[in-house]
Amino acid sequence: MSSASPTQDQSHGPPVGILGGFVDQVSGWGELVLDSITAIGDFTLFVIRTLRWMLTRLPRSETVWPNFYEVGVKSLPVVALTGTFIGMVLAVQSYFQFRQLGLETRLGGVINMTLVRELGPVLAATMLAGRVGSAMAAELGTMRVTEQIDALSAMGANPIHYLVVPRFLACLFLIPTLTIMADFMGVAGGHFYSVYILEIDIHHYWHNSKLFVSQFDLFVGLFKSVFFGSAIAMVSCYQGFNCTAGAEGVGRASTSAFVHSFVLILIIDLFLGIMLDWVYFILYPEGVGLL
Amino acid sequence: MIEALLEQQEPLVEVHDLHVQFGTQKVLRGINLTIPAGQTLALLGESGCGKTVLMKSIIGLVTPTKGQIIFDHENLSKLSEREINYLRLRFGFVFQNAALFDSMTVGQNVAFPLRQQGRFSNNQIVEMVLSRLSEVGLPDAVVHKKPAELSGGMRKRVGLARALIMNPEMIMYDEPTTGLDPIMSDVINELIIRTRRRNPVTSIVVTHDMNTARKVADRIVMLMPLPRIGPEDRQIIFDGTPQELNDCRDRRVQQFINGEAGERLMELRATGV
Repeated sequence: MSSASPTQDQSHGPPVGILGGFVDQVSGWGELVLDSITAIGDFTLFVIRTLRWMLTRLPRSETVWPNFYEVGVKSLPVVALTGTFIGMVLAVQSYFQFRQLGLETRLGGVINMTLVRELGPVLAATMLAGRVGSAMAAELGTMRVTEQIDALSAMGANPIHYLVVPRFLACLFLIPTLTIMADFMGVAGGHFYSVYILEIDIHHYWHNSKLFVSQFDLFVGLFKSVFFGSAIAMVSCYQGFNCTAGAEGVGRASTSAFVHSFVLILIIDLFLGIMLDWVYFILYPEGVGLL
Repeated sequence: MIEALLEQQEPLVEVHDLHVQFGTQKVLRGINLTIPAGQTLALLGESGCGKTVLMKSIIGLVTPTKGQIIFDHENLSKLSEREINYLRLRFGFVFQNAALFDSMTVGQNVAFPLRQQGRFSNNQIVEMVLSRLSEVGLPDAVVHKKPAELSGGMRKRVGLARALIMNPEMIMYDEPTTGLDPIMSDVINELIIRTRRRNPVTSIVVTHDMNTARKVADRIVMLMPLPRIGPEDRQIIFDGTPQELNDCRDRRVQQFINGEAGERLMELRATGV
């Protein structure tokens, strides 16, 4: 009684053939756009809720210090090590081009400028996203899957306040210090390779560094790092909170946390780079302010 | 006698026309339920019928798509996040797999609600934690252990101790005996009964275990999964006392309490399994 005839089905059903394939494809794109808009809206609400909790009620110290230790102290060795090597790699890669032009003493300016403005903050952020961001997403994802986040809510503790705010604060406040460490070790690595291995004159190496690297460059690197740290904390916690069930869900949350954080770091880097260049030309229309 | 007394009690929880949907999947449809203070209600039904979702909706862990939940005259949908957090201090929730915090010891887990309150001294907290653990039959030595070092039954009892520590007005048990041996299941059932005897607490027990339902509940409500009922059918197919459940003539109710596959067997045959 309830079954329709085949003719009726075809007349009311989806189009078939080439047109049907096209309709399916458009519908797939539409679905993707809607899903993306929903995800962005959801993420924005998550960020707003975190900021609201952060500004209205400070987290307990017992939730803050372990996160500060995990983000700051435990990330320090890996950031220092990679910073040192990046400084040396920059010297290796730039030396031959600069020597052909007879400008090898300018290496100090190039290496140190690149490090404090760009590579130091991006490298520290990448290390943080890989080491801490993925771990945060996996930990919160496991807590979601095993109902520990629900248990927090059931006991009157807000999970955003209890879990996300301390992690956000740790990333926000400690990424500038990690960036300083990456900058310092990169500068030291670049100096070591340029001066002791490539035998560039130390006086000219540092004289050119002073000529090219300004306080504003150092500020640019640290300013960007604050945004990178915030992005890593928010993306990683969001991925953990929205983890799907099972080991696969936790693994996916962890991977997505790193990939999305890294993409966001590069996008933020580009736009902040453009914005800070404008600011620079407004503040210093005549040129660089030397150290 | 108990039923007559309960009928005179004010309703503590009222569920009006509750609908819950996750994406395109409808889980609950038009649920109406009133739970008087002091009652122990067992929620029965097949896996995936929405028992846990209904229980989580009552405590505000799941946001209804439509409908109202009223707890002690407070409409949950009208409360702010902070007000709901405060209201939840009046609840205790025993999760299916205990949901103990992995990073904390057993003692820290049980003490968590007390520390959240922030109005107890360390000595008071230690005393209360040890007292609750001994009530659920756990020795003091477990205090320093991590949840991963405990057996399933011990974890459930720690979860129960944590739920009871604030003397809640309402306790929710999510499949408290699932995965436990029959002896440990009976221990948990006894603990549920003793908890109620000690305090005038209202309880909801989500379970598949007919022994648990018959032993602990004053009232049993049975739900059906939405895909298995018609668009006009009620999702609650039984609401009554344990005695009335035994006398119920509904085929679906009888299949559940007797553990009969019924038409599910035909589904298996139809798919050639």
